[in-house]
Amino acid sequence: MHALHPDGGPDTGPVAGGPDPAGGKTVLHTDEIRRALTRVAHEILERTDGANDVVLLGIPTRGVPLARRLAARLAQAEDRPAPCGSLDITMYRDDLRLRPARALGHTDIPPAGIDGKIVVLVDDVLYSGRTVRAALDALGDLGRPRAVQLAVLVDRGHRELPIRADYVGKNLPTSQREQVRVLLTEIDGQDAVVLGEGGAPHGRAADGAHGAGR
Amino acid sequence: MNDGNGGSARAWLIRGAQPLGGPATDLLVRDGIIAETGAGLSAEGAHLLDAAGLIALPGLVDLHTHLREPGREDAETVQTGTAAAALGGYTAVHAMANTDPVADTAGVAEQIWRLGRRAGYCDVRPVGAVTAGLSGERLAELGAMADSAARVRIFSDDGKCVSDAVLMRRALEYVKAFDGVVAQHAQEPRLTSGAQMNEGVVSGRLGLAGWPAVAEEAIIARDCLLAAHVGSALHVCHVSTAGSVEIIRWAKSKGWRVTAEVTPHHLLLTDELAVGYDPVYKVNPPLRTVGDVAALRAGLADGTIDCVATDHAPHPLEDKETEWQVAAFGMTGLETALRVVQEAMVETGQLDWAGVADRMSARPAAIGRLGGVGAPLHGSPLVPGSPANLVLYDPSVRELVDPAQHASRSRNSPFAGRELPGCVQATFLRGLPTVLDGKLAR
Amino acid sequence: MIRHLISAADLSRDDALLILDTAGELAQIADRPMRKLPTLRGRTVVNLFYEDSTRTRISFEAAAKRLSADVINFSAKGSSVAKGESLKDTALTLEAMGADAVVIRHGASGAPHRLAGWVRGSVINAGDGAHEHPTQALLDAFTMRSRLGRLEGLRVTIVGDVLHSRVARSNVLLLHTLGAEVTLVAPPTLLPVAVSSWPCEVSYDLDTELPKSDVVMMLRVQAERMNAAYFPTVREYSRRYGLDGDRMATLPEDAIVMHPGPMNRGVEIAAGVADSARSTIVEQVANGVSIRMAVLYLMLGGAEASS
Repeated sequence: MHALHPDGGPDTGPVAGGPDPAGGKTVLHTDEIRRALTRVAHEILERTDGANDVVLLGIPTRGVPLARRLAARLAQAEDRPAPCGSLDITMYRDDLRLRPARALGHTDIPPAGIDGKIVVLVDDVLYSGRTVRAALDALGDLGRPRAVQLAVLVDRGHRELPIRADYVGKNLPTSQREQVRVLLTEIDGQDAVVLGEGGAPHGRAADGAHGAGR
Repeated sequence: MNDGNGGSARAWLIRGAQPLGGPATDLLVRDGIIAETGAGLSAEGAHLLDAAGLIALPGLVDLHTHLREPGREDAETVQTGTAAAALGGYTAVHAMANTDPVADTAGVAEQIWRLGRRAGYCDVRPVGAVTAGLSGERLAELGAMADSAARVRIFSDDGKCVSDAVLMRRALEYVKAFDGVVAQHAQEPRLTSGAQMNEGVVSGRLGLAGWPAVAEEAIIARDCLLAAHVGSALHVCHVSTAGSVEIIRWAKSKGWRVTAEVTPHHLLLTDELAVGYDPVYKVNPPLRTVGDVAALRAGLADGTIDCVATDHAPHPLEDKETEWQVAAFGMTGLETALRVVQEAMVETGQLDWAGVADRMSARPAAIGRLGGVGAPLHGSPLVPGSPANLVLYDPSVRELVDPAQHASRSRNSPFAGRELPGCVQATFLRGLPTVLDGKLAR
Repeated sequence: MIRHLISAADLSRDDALLILDTAGELAQIADRPMRKLPTLRGRTVVNLFYEDSTRTRISFEAAAKRLSADVINFSAKGSSVAKGESLKDTALTLEAMGADAVVIRHGASGAPHRLAGWVRGSVINAGDGAHEHPTQALLDAFTMRSRLGRLEGLRVTIVGDVLHSRVARSNVLLLHTLGAEVTLVAPPTLLPVAVSSWPCEVSYDLDTELPKSDVVMMLRVQAERMNAAYFPTVREYSRRYGLDGDRMATLPEDAIVMHPGPMNRGVEIAAGVADSARSTIVEQVANGVSIRMAVLYLMLGGAEASS
């Protein structure tokens, strides 16, 4: 049995740097990602009235560094640290029985908890919406937030559930045959969003291959 | 093979058999004896048996079999056990005494003997218990059993050890009066209390209580010395360790009257088989190591071990389909014995067919004192005048062992699913076939 | 993940680490108000306990229930088993009830092996005779790693009746897989004859080994062994192989003391030692639930494993 990447796919490690890695078209470069995150951070501040009771929870794997980056921007703007953590949703997935049991990602809820707070879930790609559905169930077992919002870097469409993002870095219409890969410096050594061929059937096996489908 | 001529002619003309693997010849069997041997024989009205390519051996003699009747007819009866024996090429078996009731009186011994005669598949020689009820406390009526119609000559508490030194001495002395022999199941009881398998690397790994080799060797050494001291004969049952072989070799070198047997399974199988905890491999004495198997083969080859004895121990499913601890000890063996000996000894070049005849027929017959007046009744060479107890065996085939096809009532064979060479084609008991074409003939 | 967990040797290094890491994540559940995950909803776990062991059975039961599995407890006392039903018939009954996993504790070494041949679900060995107790070894390794931060190169000394101990066998195998260095300490009568073939060192002298030990694991010693002449008296055993306060003081500063339980206070371990800060005995119990949750999740939480 080989070690499982926390996203569930085989662990092939970070992709080497360079434009258009392993085939595919880069649709977002480093600067565009930076600007998108900055905009999202400001949107969060506006809609939550200064992010007073906001807790950012990144969904492993790549939602976590994104949540940290947003938290850093919020802290800078408001001169006050923004609680930030991670929420692994593996145990709440609806597709567990389709593959061998996956390794768990790390869950880290900030000490102040989530009761009465505005939880902003952070993920890299929004696709079928099933991951977010699982995250909502997980949150429900952890406490009772005042509200739950969703921030994603990329919304690629093709929702299978009535789920929508509150904050979107980039809307990226795709076909289900295509694969969306998000690369982040903290994990992959570079920042890029790459669109390529060879996406899996909607949602399922695509989940976990470098964040190609959620 | 069989010209299908009913049962009218009493003679059998066996064409082209290879006695002891030697040159092909014809054998004429008539009136219970081998009447003639030679090339191109003919006989009016005789059944014809084409034995081209078959080895002819004297009918095999088993010194150690459990027929289970009386008492455990769910596992085996004299009828089914002797049928199994005939299919394995045996014309005589010695039935061990640990029945229920125990064969410790002339009455029970005669009952078993009579059941054997009635079944008619092979000669059954009951073994008498050494101690009453196998309790190890006082001698059974050995003399009465010797004088009975069963003419018991071998005495054994097999299943249990005669561990009390004084009792063993007395038994060895007592049987001298009627040329009897005590056959010891060598197992020091205190050293093997609760034992499940050979004590060694595997038992340590599996968490099963060990049966150390020394528990067998210490008793054998003691008994050889006792037999020498009182001038009696000792037979050692199912030798299983390299150390035991050495002790017996030493005892024989002193000229002491010690004989020994080894089972087919101890010539082929090791304790590694226990790792799946399948109780089909649970036996007493236990399967041992590769080194022990090699020493046993060498001992049988050089004659230190006189013969092969099956220790055929049938058990019903419910006594074997359990967790190891609770399962019964024992393996069936009558129907696979010759095939296993071919695999372990002939195929490896350690014994030729003449040697097989000696170890599986002549010597066990001598130890069992199966002599009539003059020539012995079993184990004789295949020459004119000898009783026609013989087996025709095809060594050239290789087949999987399937216990479901066995005549024994029980299925606990450790060779199940294993490929073994050879096949018994025919067995003759005093000139009449018990097995023809590999199947029971009556 | 493997289909059956019967021996610690069934686990590769990666498998074992995955279980430990997963248990680490699941340990957080214990601190939440809602101590439940939906993951094994609809799965049935049967506890088949032929030996009385409230502690282990409750641990497996809690683990299964926290994952929302249905739990059926089948204990030998007062059941058809006590009336002589064979293991095979019990297995067929469980099969008919649709057990996804059977957790079995049995007095006969190898009973889980036999069971695995008769049921389609997963078999988890909760202790078979003197053979193995793999989840105990896993929770022990997890405890060591939690307290000391590592397993590779850790010096672990296991003391006591190794000959009859399934905990010792599983620990030796698993710790070797995980790169720790194990030394067994016992009187010669309580060591298997072939122990030199095991992947560990052996010593008859406890006092020499203690100053070099990062972990000391004390095994339970039964007084009945004295009657089979394994040691002359409980007093002599205690004197030569018991861990008392004086001996504990010779341990390195950060060394921990472990015991699989139940303890014979005053025989193999002094009360003061059992209750000291070095002792992990209580947290071993909590870790047991997390480990068993991890094992159940990894074996049952995904698609059916091929054998």
